Amino acid sequence: MLRVDMTDRFISRGFVGRAKDAGDKAGRVPPGQYLTEGFPVLSAGPTPQVPLESWEFTVTGLVKAPVRWSWREFTALPSRDWTVDISCVTKWTKLDTRWNGVSLDDVLAAVEIDPRARFVTAQSYGGYTTNLPLTDLLNNQAFVAWQYDGAPLEPAHGGPARLVVPHLYLWKSAKWVRGLQLREDDEPGFWESLGYHNRGDPWREERYSGD
Amino acid sequence: MPEPLAWQISTVTAIRAETPEVSSFTLKLPSWRAHRAGQHYDVRLTALDGYQAQRSYSIASPPSRTGEVDLTIEKIADGEVSPYFHDTLQVGDRVEVRGPIGGYFVWEPALGGPLLLVAGGSGVVPLMAMLRERAAADAKPPAVLLHSSRTFEDVIYRDELATLADGDAGLRVIQTLTRSQPPGWTGYDRRIDRPMLAEAIAAAGASPLVYICGPTLLVEAAANGLVELGVPPAQVRTERFGPTS
Amino acid sequence: MDDPLVLDANAVAGDLAELFGFEMTAAGHRCAHCGNVGQMGTLLAWTQGPGITLRCCICRDVVLRIVRTPARTLIDVSGAAYIEVRRG
Repeated sequence: MLRVDMTDRFISRGFVGRAKDAGDKAGRVPPGQYLTEGFPVLSAGPTPQVPLESWEFTVTGLVKAPVRWSWREFTALPSRDWTVDISCVTKWTKLDTRWNGVSLDDVLAAVEIDPRARFVTAQSYGGYTTNLPLTDLLNNQAFVAWQYDGAPLEPAHGGPARLVVPHLYLWKSAKWVRGLQLREDDEPGFWESLGYHNRGDPWREERYSGD
Repeated sequence: MPEPLAWQISTVTAIRAETPEVSSFTLKLPSWRAHRAGQHYDVRLTALDGYQAQRSYSIASPPSRTGEVDLTIEKIADGEVSPYFHDTLQVGDRVEVRGPIGGYFVWEPALGGPLLLVAGGSGVVPLMAMLRERAAADAKPPAVLLHSSRTFEDVIYRDELATLADGDAGLRVIQTLTRSQPPGWTGYDRRIDRPMLAEAIAAAGASPLVYICGPTLLVEAAANGLVELGVPPAQVRTERFGPTS
Repeated sequence: MDDPLVLDANAVAGDLAELFGFEMTAAGHRCAHCGNVGQMGTLLAWTQGPGITLRCCICRDVVLRIVRTPARTLIDVSGAAYIEVRRG
């Protein structure tokens, strides 16, 4: 099949765009990404303002009994430091980001999961959702963080608490997370339902569905 | 109905410094179309590897100047497109653009007035297009421009605004310099606040058409302030520039 | 609402015109969530993200979403009960 490049692209003389050279860190940067020193803020809506007195985290759906934690209860769960690389589908990657929070293994240990549960929908204050296979959240692959770089997580970056799933594109790391719903079927979330890949593995460049 | 927009390759025919951080770029357009004051052009840069960056810049020139437009652009230090305009682009270079765009944040004399324009920094660009359009019109509604800049040297179109106001009793320009003021400065010296907005409303007259343009936080504060002072929300149009000014 | 990221729908006027074939910011709409009727130019735009989200200026719920992949443009209009364009 003959593939024809339909667009004769006009090249802007002397325009280089964002620096692409990762140097000796190149092996840690997924394909098509560039390294950033900053921490860009991306959002689909206003930053939720959630007072800690009313904040809560729930695990619901295919569990024997749903669980709810208050802020004090949730942050009393066993927490640890995490240093991970993160990649956003908008092409930036940030290495060695430092967080503190609780492993999803410890969160989910508090519920008895129904064997039919295969998928999770993460739900956030403000209405954002994202979906993941349950297996992507286990075995220390994911955590809920309330500290970034040694300080309380700022609202712009998802505070009071956000989900972090470093092995998938950052849109899966739901900011302002308020709960997890365990499901038998997969329910595409906010971006997955509009052209983004259902799983989002940066190392396989799983950015979009159906391109 | 006008045809859908298409990208076209414009040629830079002039570059003029307005302030230390702001320059105006004259682009000659093969498919020029008369625009309305307040509209903008989208600009797209493409690198050799296919990487693209796109931004919108308001048109500064009046539509009476056919075949070309002026885009007045502030250099944002950590920006992607504005540094290219300031540091790399030369007269004779070509730039891919699309426009004119915008049907909401526009003014033409037929819409009448009075006009109350509020500008923060480079937000003055589309409002200047409106004032230039108004200056060329037969019937000029009363107009007030409340203009916030950092320092005297940063005031874009400073001399032209002074000339316009001097020659026109129906135009009032209220300036505020938020960071530093020159000796003998008689304007305001702080961020736009309620008393300034109240003075602007009083100068504009009953029920003005309001256009506010600049950094997002300034725009919101001004819009909220004007509505609280009694301007009907439907008469307030905003163009937020985002977090950088 | 002091969110420095938010822009007006103006900022995506070019993309909307490319999608719909008409200048859209002056087009009318009705928010499917709260019923507010107004011009699309009043919508608040979040453009820094995997896609563009346009929200109602009254209820802040999502009215339009736009995603651009290399091969396609997808638009979700389910947050708009209708969109109205004047002809001629």
